Amino acid sequence: MAYKYFPHTEADIQAMLARIGVTSLDELFSDVPECIRFRKEYDLPEAKSELEIRELFARLAGSNKQLTCFAGAGVYDHYTPAVIPSIVERSEFLTSYTPYQAEISQGTLHYIFEFQSMMAELTGMAISNASMYDGTTATAEAVLMANAAAKKANKVLVSSTIDPRTLNVILTYAHFHGVEIELINAVDGATDLNDMQARLDAGGVAGVVMQQPNRYGVVEDFTGVADACHAKKAMFVINSVAADLALLRTPGEWGADIAVGDVQSLGVPMSFGGPYAGYMCCTEKLIRKLPGRIVGRTKDTEGRRCFVLTLQAREQHIRREKATSNICSNQSLMALWVTIYMSLMGKQGVKDAAQLSYDGAHYLQEQLLATGRFTATFSRPFFNEFCVDFNGDVDALQKHLIDNGVLGGVKVDANTIMFAVTERRSKEEIDRLVELIKQF
Amino acid sequence: MNNKLYGNLIFELSHPGTCGYSLPNNRFPHHEVPAEMRRANDAELPECDEMTVVRHYTNHSANNFGVNNGFYPLGSCTMKYNPVINEEVAMMPQFQNLHPLQPDYTCQGALEVYYNLQKALCELTGLAEFTINPCAGAHGELTGLMAIRSYHQARGDHKRVKVIVPDSAHGTNPASAAVCGLEIVEVKSTANGLVDVEDLKPLLGDDIAAMMMTNPNTLGLFEKEIPEIAELVHACGGLMYYDGANLNPMLGASRPGDMGFDVMHINLHKTFSTPHGGGGPGSGPVGVRADMVQFLPKPTVKKLDDGSFTLVNDLQDGTYDVTRNHIGAFLGNFAVILRAYTYILTLGRENIKMVGPLATLNANYIKESLKDVYELPIPGVCKHEFVFDGLKDKSTDVTTMDVAKRLLDYGYHAPTIYFPLLFHQSLMIEPTENESKQTIDGFIEVMRKIADEAKNTPELVKTAPHNAPITRVDDVLAAMHPITTYRMIVNDDKQ
Amino acid sequence: MATFQEGLYYSETHEYVKVEGNVAYIGISDYAQHALGTVVYVDMPEVDDEVEAGEEFGAVESVKAASDLISPVSGTVVEINEALEDEPGLVNKDAFANWIIKVELSDPSQLDNLMDAKAYEEFCANE
Repeated sequence: MAYKYFPHTEADIQAMLARIGVTSLDELFSDVPECIRFRKEYDLPEAKSELEIRELFARLAGSNKQLTCFAGAGVYDHYTPAVIPSIVERSEFLTSYTPYQAEISQGTLHYIFEFQSMMAELTGMAISNASMYDGTTATAEAVLMANAAAKKANKVLVSSTIDPRTLNVILTYAHFHGVEIELINAVDGATDLNDMQARLDAGGVAGVVMQQPNRYGVVEDFTGVADACHAKKAMFVINSVAADLALLRTPGEWGADIAVGDVQSLGVPMSFGGPYAGYMCCTEKLIRKLPGRIVGRTKDTEGRRCFVLTLQAREQHIRREKATSNICSNQSLMALWVTIYMSLMGKQGVKDAAQLSYDGAHYLQEQLLATGRFTATFSRPFFNEFCVDFNGDVDALQKHLIDNGVLGGVKVDANTIMFAVTERRSKEEIDRLVELIKQF
Repeated sequence: MNNKLYGNLIFELSHPGTCGYSLPNNRFPHHEVPAEMRRANDAELPECDEMTVVRHYTNHSANNFGVNNGFYPLGSCTMKYNPVINEEVAMMPQFQNLHPLQPDYTCQGALEVYYNLQKALCELTGLAEFTINPCAGAHGELTGLMAIRSYHQARGDHKRVKVIVPDSAHGTNPASAAVCGLEIVEVKSTANGLVDVEDLKPLLGDDIAAMMMTNPNTLGLFEKEIPEIAELVHACGGLMYYDGANLNPMLGASRPGDMGFDVMHINLHKTFSTPHGGGGPGSGPVGVRADMVQFLPKPTVKKLDDGSFTLVNDLQDGTYDVTRNHIGAFLGNFAVILRAYTYILTLGRENIKMVGPLATLNANYIKESLKDVYELPIPGVCKHEFVFDGLKDKSTDVTTMDVAKRLLDYGYHAPTIYFPLLFHQSLMIEPTENESKQTIDGFIEVMRKIADEAKNTPELVKTAPHNAPITRVDDVLAAMHPITTYRMIVNDDKQ
Repeated sequence: MATFQEGLYYSETHEYVKVEGNVAYIGISDYAQHALGTVVYVDMPEVDDEVEAGEEFGAVESVKAASDLISPVSGTVVEINEALEDEPGLVNKDAFANWIIKVELSDPSQLDNLMDAKAYEEFCANE
């Protein structure tokens, strides 16, 4: 019986088998030893019609609770302009492969070049690659990159104010690659720079990794960090929330050698954890040490400007067993997503969205403190996310909020909740959250 | 690219004072970002109205070629149809709006999808458990090798630091092993293109962590000695790793777990129809046998006795623990997972078993129809793909590169070229099960025509493409003088 | 066709050594540059770095290949060929004139382990 994804009629199959010189489809597998042939039925459901698929997923989607989101911790509920999905879903972008054949991939190569340009602008760095899997793996790759660039040192310092999930990925990658990781202590929710200096002085450090804003939403002061690192020939790596860099002092300005993070905050839906994309930027000097794909400008034989994958000699398929990264793709479509986002928002829009988030978060914090039930966990500046200590049962409070359709932050400690606010949260929504807490 | 405007970068269309967005009015009390926290200069992003942005990217899309544009016989990449219904499901707002840290009981639908896909992959491969956290095939390889190292380390066996890789392997295999801190040992292929078992035997010892194989291999040939190879590797204490890049022809034919593999990755963007998206996002689930489940990365999804689903996230705080590997922030590329699950449910058990046979039929049909004009180095039945070593007529100096570029003129994507490295003029062709006999006959006709052109009008082939948006590119210039941002273009033009 | 300049020492990894007193000029052979194709980048060490015989000291990259540079001798880098930073293609123009690093030899006896032009030409013929 005909099936919608298979274009062969029985007559087609017979004609093709005849050309090949076999008598059955089964005979095409005569080289597979019988002892490992799969002759049973797969224990899977029967085929579903498109109508049934729609009904099934309507049920599955409907069993997820739709909540007004005040959670962050690396993933933020920013607004996605309508233009983005309509273009990203164009099948010329969606169904194409990695742009190896430059002559028929200028669409992809063009937007990757624009993505690189925009990420370099946003981070204040000279160079960007074509994107990584996510912010956590980009950070782990930065650890390996710093370590590979150092001739003798084999240790990387990581601030204990880094996102715990990012830290896990760093620890995993470093363990297998044989890089030693040392945590730098924190004081009042920020990196203890005296502790960092002491660890640098101990020697053998290839890199120092910090996060801005950090795992508690705190905006840290990195004054002097780059100089301290460079005095010891260590690289300074900063992980940042991309959208915040519209206003925040950039990794470039802080003197970072490598800037990494996730671009999810640039209008990418939260989608239960992915897909997002990591960004990875560096100084011009380090361009040939940077992992991942890079698109560069060139000319065709008629002298027209065009774009092509370049510096491939760095890459895994050439380096093979000498590789320090095995990435051989990028999150291309997500790079397109945020490139269109930044094109629409432009120079002013990214700042306006960031300011709205900043103002909303500060308004919420003031309102929460005014209830008398919260105290600020740290006496540090923050951007659009902050920690407060609650004088009651955090779990019960969060349940109460969910029952009323609100995702009330992320619990970071027994008494501590971290709230995030984006430009999507209206004043009414914030006032309602505060009302719900007062009722509790 | 005939219209000059569409060759522009968005930066070159910037018209300061215009904008392409709208935000709600800011009704909060103003809070100034303190000067010491603030960037000194704005990021120089373009300023464009909405339609300018829409036209710019719409026209760029016209300079691309996707599976929806035409036949895409790219070997080892399994460029199958990306069903539209998958996209609809992936874009459902009730999935898109989920925060990855919201409590289990508020996202049961999402957890059910993740769990059910894990189970379906187990059934299709014969392995005990899957994680769908890895974001790509290479990410999956790394994750699988981490599981292998963890397995040996947890047994206190620290000598096993070598991975055996066939000389025909994907370049990513040795790179993944190196990143995972393992050494690579290469095993040769026989003249028939299969792993040389006699060459393998002396390599086996108590320092072998695993052997990585693709089956069918990168020549499209089934490694029929796989039961013996698996037995030999297991006998020396090593594990068998299956590179799932070529899993497609095995659907309905054979399962890696039954072949003797202990660990594998799958490319959902190949075998399970999720779009390649110009390079990603993909997804590279990793499966293991029962006694290795604890070494799969966290978080993972479990089903409880009451039928509900729960997320197991075991964060480590500052110190590494062999049973708590983490390779990404959350559950991986969830929207890609939704697409793959939709695909499996749409095909169902009765159609999914036809995927391998029909893909294999298409590949063999092309091979047999062209082997009189293209050099087929290894005769016999192939699986989903095969490799020609350039044109049969070696009297012309038309190369595989030229043939590939000429195909673009005829409206086909090029095959994979110069891989595998075993031959000088490799031309690796993979049609998927979705391609009709008519489409394939058209391709065969064009391939024969190009072989004629190579003889009669070689210059036409050597200077191809002629009908693409641009002609061949100068990749030496790009690499020697790297210009990788718009700011660098501006500075370069000033000089 | 590749040329094999007389009077130099050659290694199996295709570097040559040209000796002047206690100083050695190290580059890649003409045979190697032919095999590599257009050189787009030369990764060099810094002055005062130590190089060890048999150890990597940099890399030469073409568009589709990267080849590590293995030092045939031990010593201290006294100069690098800065012209290659701007114009790596000089290696293709004349591999012997365009050396990569200049090294003060710490153990001249290591030269005895290397091939002369004739032996190297035979070695290449069998590659």
